[in-house]
Amino acid sequence: MGLFSNTLTLLGKELRTEFRSRELLTTTVVFILVVLILFSFAINPTSEESRDFGPGLLWLAILFAGSLMLQPCFLREQANDTLSSLRLAVSDPFAIFLAKLMANTLFLLVTEILMLPLFAAFYNIPILPQLHYLLLVLFLGSLGVSVAGTALSAISAQARMRELLLPLLLLPILTPVLVVSATVSVSLLDREPVVQWKGMAFLAVFDLVFLTALWIFGEYLLEE
Amino acid sequence: MPAPTPTGLRFENIDKRYGGLFALRRVSLEIAPGECVVLAGRNGSGKTTLLRIAGRIVRPTAGKLSFPGASSESSTEGRPGYVAHTTMVYDELSAEENLVLFAKLQGVPQPAERADELLREVGLYERRTSLVRTFSRGMRQRIAIARALVHGPSVLLFDEPATGLDPLGISWLAKSLGDVHRSGCTVVMSLHGESEISALATRAVQLDAGSVVADTKSGASLHSILTFGGG
Repeated sequence: MGLFSNTLTLLGKELRTEFRSRELLTTTVVFILVVLILFSFAINPTSEESRDFGPGLLWLAILFAGSLMLQPCFLREQANDTLSSLRLAVSDPFAIFLAKLMANTLFLLVTEILMLPLFAAFYNIPILPQLHYLLLVLFLGSLGVSVAGTALSAISAQARMRELLLPLLLLPILTPVLVVSATVSVSLLDREPVVQWKGMAFLAVFDLVFLTALWIFGEYLLEE
Repeated sequence: MPAPTPTGLRFENIDKRYGGLFALRRVSLEIAPGECVVLAGRNGSGKTTLLRIAGRIVRPTAGKLSFPGASSESSTEGRPGYVAHTTMVYDELSAEENLVLFAKLQGVPQPAERADELLREVGLYERRTSLVRTFSRGMRQRIAIARALVHGPSVLLFDEPATGLDPLGISWLAKSLGDVHRSGCTVVMSLHGESEISALATRAVQLDAGSVVADTKSGASLHSILTFGGG
């Protein structure tokens, strides 16, 4: 069985278990919704300020929701030692990571797409004219959160104080992704929108570097 | 599933260290194809670590593991079936979904048919669509064994397979293990004390503090090893 077919089989398993329990999607949707609603009261949505602060708040909510979502990613493999059975079964352990990060990216994107109309409504920001670019930033940023988060989730799942360790490791590493994604989003949602291609390229390079590192060192992250 | 290719196990000077603690110290052991070996020893003697190294779940700190008779490390013969204390299957999936998943991952042709065949063998066919989390301890052990057998391994590793089973469950397990062994599979299992299951053993090895201290191959009696009497 090759990497591709193993990844697809494992992705199917991730989606099936999530859509059966809806644990991760519910948590992230509720978290982002609460943050967006709370801050919408703090910022006057008719003001120009909401265009400056709104995208940053959206990304901050995505980042924290992502860290909540990524926590159980490897942790739930520990209950029945299923990570060991997966390692015994797959020929390339990268398939385990690839399936998990694809599932995590997908869950984050689904959450973001559900939240975008609410974000537009609460902060009075028209998103439709720049939607295609906005979706591209959301994809690149979410992929960055998932790639780094999946790797760190594998490390933290085997450590003591694992609940504390993931956010502690994840937040500093994802600061550049957060800053660039928010900056690119602010430019896109401005009254005179600008596409910051340099920012997009930075996000793509970040994703590629972490993905390559995961491919090379992933096997060691799964060791006991 | 075709009969397994006769495959043995060879541990050469295996060390396993967790920080400064030696779990295994220069363990050398040769297990011939078709043997049924019991690993005995007190808690913490290194049985589970040795089995996890044999299952290639844990990498040894030093030394070499090989599978004499296996065509390659990635072949079915080089991938042992492993049954641990835990089920190693997903509680949120049904018995059938679990077996199909692991069959697909290991490239088993016709995974659905193989899953059904195994579910019949372990007596879970009627409950094939039930989620594993609804299973009793005995049923969980059955699905764990079915998962380990899904790719038709030549080597089967069991870590204290009788833990938590009632006498009926132990009898079923002994019969199933006997069937697997008679089909040509090499079986290595860790056990505490004598039981219906230990009666299947063709050889016993005792571990203490991470080293082999007695082996029926070197003249020790099976009874003394199973009761930790050593050589």
